[in-house]
Amino acid sequence: MYASDLRLRIFCFCEEKMARNKEALILLIDVGPSMHNVLPEIQKVCSLLIQKKLVFNKYDEVGVVVFGTKDTNNDLMKEVGGYEHVTVLQPIKVVDGDLVDVTQQLPQGTVPGDFMDAIVVGMDMLIKKYQDTIKGKKRICLITDAMYPIKDPYEGTKEDQVYTIAEQMAAHGMKIDCIIFRGHQELNKNNPTIKENDMLLSIFSKKTKAKAVHVETSTSLLGALRTRNLAPVTTFRGDLELSPTCKIKIWVYKKTSEEKFPTLKKYSDKAPASDKYATHEIKIDYEYKSVQDSSKVVPPEQRIKGYRYGPQVIPISSAEFEAVKFKPEKGVKLLGFTNASNIMRHYYMKDVNIIIADPGNKKATLAVSALARAMKEKDKVGILRCVWRQGQAYAVIGVLTPNVSDKDNIADSFYFNVLPFAEDVREFQFPSFSNLPKTLLPNEQQQEAADKLVMMMDMAPPGKEEALRPDFTPNPVLERFYHHLELKSKNPDAAVPPLDSTLKRITEPDPEIISQNMLVIDEFRKHFELKENPKLKKSARRLLRDQKSGSYEGQVGQIKDKAVGSTPGVKVEAIGDVTAVQDFEAMISRRDSPEWVSKAIFGMKNKVFEILENSNEGENYSKALECLVALRKGCVIEQEPKQFNNFLRHVYRFCEEKHLKSFCEFLGSKDITFITKTEAEDSDVAEKDARSLFVKAES
Amino acid sequence: MDVDPDDVFRDDEDDPENEFYQERQSSKELVVFLVDASPKMFSITCPGEDEENTSHFHVAVSSVLGSIKVQIINRPYDEVAICFFNTREKKNLQDLSGVYVFNVPEREQLDSLTARFIKEFDQVKESFSKVIGSEFGIVPGSRDNSLYNALWVAQALLRKGSAKTADKRILLLTNEDDPFGNIKGVTKLDMARTTLQRAKDAQDLGISIELLPLSTPNEEFNVSLFYADLIGLEGDDLAQFMPLAGERFEDLNKQLRKRMFKKRRVRRIIFTVAGGLSIELNTYALIRPTIPGTITWLDSVTNVPLRAERSFICNDTGSLIQEPPKRFQTYKNEDIKFSVEELSEIKKVGIGSLRLLGFKPLSCLKDYYNLKPSTFVFPSDEEVIGSTCIFIALHRSMISLKRFAVAFYGSSSRPQLVALIAQEEVSDGGSQIEPPGMHMIYLPYSDDIRPIEELHSDTSGNIPIANDDQIQKATALLKRVDLRDFSVCQFANPALQSHYAVVQALALDEDEMPVIHDETLPDEEGMSRPGIAKAMEEFKVSVYGENYEEEEEGDNVKGGKKRKNEEAAVSKAAYYDWSRLADDGKLKDLTVMELKSYLTANKLPVGGKKEALISRILTHLGK
Repeated sequence: MYASDLRLRIFCFCEEKMARNKEALILLIDVGPSMHNVLPEIQKVCSLLIQKKLVFNKYDEVGVVVFGTKDTNNDLMKEVGGYEHVTVLQPIKVVDGDLVDVTQQLPQGTVPGDFMDAIVVGMDMLIKKYQDTIKGKKRICLITDAMYPIKDPYEGTKEDQVYTIAEQMAAHGMKIDCIIFRGHQELNKNNPTIKENDMLLSIFSKKTKAKAVHVETSTSLLGALRTRNLAPVTTFRGDLELSPTCKIKIWVYKKTSEEKFPTLKKYSDKAPASDKYATHEIKIDYEYKSVQDSSKVVPPEQRIKGYRYGPQVIPISSAEFEAVKFKPEKGVKLLGFTNASNIMRHYYMKDVNIIIADPGNKKATLAVSALARAMKEKDKVGILRCVWRQGQAYAVIGVLTPNVSDKDNIADSFYFNVLPFAEDVREFQFPSFSNLPKTLLPNEQQQEAADKLVMMMDMAPPGKEEALRPDFTPNPVLERFYHHLELKSKNPDAAVPPLDSTLKRITEPDPEIISQNMLVIDEFRKHFELKENPKLKKSARRLLRDQKSGSYEGQVGQIKDKAVGSTPGVKVEAIGDVTAVQDFEAMISRRDSPEWVSKAIFGMKNKVFEILENSNEGENYSKALECLVALRKGCVIEQEPKQFNNFLRHVYRFCEEKHLKSFCEFLGSKDITFITKTEAEDSDVAEKDARSLFVKAES
Repeated sequence: MDVDPDDVFRDDEDDPENEFYQERQSSKELVVFLVDASPKMFSITCPGEDEENTSHFHVAVSSVLGSIKVQIINRPYDEVAICFFNTREKKNLQDLSGVYVFNVPEREQLDSLTARFIKEFDQVKESFSKVIGSEFGIVPGSRDNSLYNALWVAQALLRKGSAKTADKRILLLTNEDDPFGNIKGVTKLDMARTTLQRAKDAQDLGISIELLPLSTPNEEFNVSLFYADLIGLEGDDLAQFMPLAGERFEDLNKQLRKRMFKKRRVRRIIFTVAGGLSIELNTYALIRPTIPGTITWLDSVTNVPLRAERSFICNDTGSLIQEPPKRFQTYKNEDIKFSVEELSEIKKVGIGSLRLLGFKPLSCLKDYYNLKPSTFVFPSDEEVIGSTCIFIALHRSMISLKRFAVAFYGSSSRPQLVALIAQEEVSDGGSQIEPPGMHMIYLPYSDDIRPIEELHSDTSGNIPIANDDQIQKATALLKRVDLRDFSVCQFANPALQSHYAVVQALALDEDEMPVIHDETLPDEEGMSRPGIAKAMEEFKVSVYGENYEEEEEGDNVKGGKKRKNEEAAVSKAAYYDWSRLADDGKLKDLTVMELKSYLTANKLPVGGKKEALISRILTHLGK
């Protein structure tokens, strides 16, 4: 029984209340077979979300539901039947450490899940717990690949059913975010099931506050889920004054604002260990002392601000300054419009504001829409002068650019960027390139090689997801901090974790792009020559020295960084458990004996097997993968392709025997290929056969 | 300018922005301005602000004045001397003829700037002919060499201070490209030779000589006649040297001011391109917000400067402690401790270098991908020969293919993704407006971007979209209100100018406070021109209909909502006996909302903490 009426009958229970400003969130995670290879990333991003809640919103409540599991466990199944393969891993509760653990140990499901069933289960949980309270603070977050068809309803069409569900969602003030992960968008374009599912999911955004994003890589999956929920506040509400007689009601928000590294408190160990209520905090006290007589302490209220004017310091009291300082009137005024090409991108000064029409004012929305569309069409921008608040002692000049919406439930708006004043610009002179001597200029062949490089190292190829789009790129430093925080909560001595392969996609070139363009890069390298400036003294030659060795610097540079970064001064002699990758990198780059290379490779191979043997339901796969990736890189650098290629075949056979076939699929999805002849001369694998191992498996 | 004075004393170890925004005050500058005062400087003029002709001398003096006015506030430790040459009178320690060092009493000739110095220099133009006087210093038949003397005087002034701790500069302002032009034969050669030798001696002592030449519209300053040798220009540098030109006073003035800044690179970085090639780049901060000078706290009784002393006090025991080595974050009800080393290791991602990741079409760079001012990068062959060539090749490819580069910049303060945009050189009348190179735009991460658009998404599906007529009217308006000549940074910052003016007026004991003209206000007169007013009206009618004024009033209806709130508050407030609650000390038992009802009903401000609300109520009740 999955009829729509049943799916709806459940919306009439009530229960407890909840305080203001708390968010209630249900994570709905697809753990069906097609999702297995991204589960590690999903675990990371979900646990990060819980962790940030623990730090910033510790009264928020979260429930975790997985679907695509062999078993079924949810209230609806018990009450009305159906809703199979949906498992409530964790009923809604205030965030705590257990929730982090739950999200880090998602089970691997065995059947294709039905995301619509899961959504209804999630809604049911929210409604039962909160009924009609906390409107707008209830959120469902669905992570799925939506590859399998959902079940047909008894009456009506799937479409009708989704409309009804979406309407209910809106009625209860719920939001839904859908993150749809699919390896290669392009391949799936013509799959009817996928088309249907995408259409069904898009219905939500028509009826309720919903957002659907499609991601292709694990890195953008990490960035796609908003891990911290900030209540946005307006910077300004009032008129956009086109002229004294023509004004549009607008609201202004921040569009970007840097999420800072958390400010940690200073720790005092003075309190006795027995004191359970010790805060361990430290207060910072300032005392103001006369420069001439340090025994004389001046109370803060006796201070006066002094402004330096040459050797003089001019004392000006706050009241005095208040009387004479610049006091502009609050307001946003138009100075005029100008060609977009007049405002170069590098003049943008600060974080960005967004200007929207007053949401309740239809005419204002129309006015903004008309202006934005006209500006976009004519390639014009506006110049505004803004004073956001009354009493603010400065005005800003900035550029207004159109943000025309392509969704029919989102209104047109503007972005606003602050521009510099005359005092903010240093106009240094630089030599013209065309005046430089011929020897410093590229010749025709060099230019051609550069053109090819710029063309081919393409991060936004047509038909594929744009790589590292800022909207989907997580901050690797914050990711690492929260990861370390979690490790430390379990073991206070835990070492700083290395960046895993997903985060390295942000800091290093994508090996896939590099390997696809090996020829272009080689060509580029052959055409240009770099050498140390012989006129420089030895001590000054620091740049090249660290860079010269090795062929593909990306890899060499990285090993050097690691060797210096993680184990300063200590020579690594074996591969450890926690820091396997760094240990390997440090070992293989040791140059005090040629033996280290083979020792490192041998050690790493054993490590991979060890990890796989201890792997239960794929939990260690990502770790094994990291090791394999490191091993592959190491073997390319050291030109030991056979070592790696034979090993990869061996791993493959090993997994087949040990019922670890899912690891082979996992590897296939991660593009672990043989080392080819182009990468290492000694390899016996041609470029076209790099993937041969996995192709066979699929057929 | 939002500068909290206490910021100066803030614990800023964790504040990476400081490093980013504040220009390094690494070394102080010792500057001697050598201003040519020959009759030629007075005879050549250019049209000024009021269409009156302004002499080159006037231009030079105004730009020096503008420069020192900024310098006294932003770099108060710099030392400056102003020295005229080709003068009638002489005043210098060596008693050399044709050189006049301008100064005020109680100040060394090369010293920090003072208010009095600036005030008197402001008047030098008027008194010049009377007190100092202009006269050709190099004339046939005499062996006097005023240029030589000027360099000698300047060098002697700059003997002060070590070249290691201070940048020593001579800035030479002149419009004479051939100072020995009217001398002939051996004497000319000899005078030129000794002058060059004098300049070389100065340079050997670590003094840089910079030339700020003024050209006339019909005769360009020919640097190769003499000055190229003097300032040490050779080969390629000579070709790149650009004389100042410009027909108008403002142009010259602006260009002079530009060159008075010493070009400083922020740092040298490695740019790892691909295939093992790493090139060398210098970074420059061309655009950074200028903030008013720092604040020094004084004792208001004695006006003696104060020093802040910071002490750490343990919250639990009250004992005074040393700066602690550990930080902590409360997490899962536990204090998770981090050592400073661990924190810096977490933040270390890539080591200060810039690593190329790939390229994207320019259309991928959205307007909201911005967080802070960009940084300019320019190649250098100083250590790695060949860097410039690779850089230019990429630069040209990126421009022709309309692409930008994405790179990861592993800086220590905030490792992040950056976009590198290739910028072609833009020049106008011999003056460089945009230098060639790349601009590094700091990209946000997903956590830094807020989904505001979706915040007000409409589920009813009828978001109004402008129709063709409305767009057409808006287009007509755009055409009318067109700022054709708009250039970024054409406005002075009114807040900053007003701050400078106030401090200056107080320093000089001026009675009247200066009035700063706020250039940033819209041109209301222009806006009311019939053409614009008509376009504006048509746009208004097409969007709002004929009833715009009623719309305005419609908003007042919303004001009515506010009135309703007030009424509700009055009735709610009437529920309590406030006087008795106050007497019994029971106000604190009420909720903030209840307290606010009293305040709203009595039209008092409702901001602040609970204690503030209570005390406001008590004051109002007269208790």
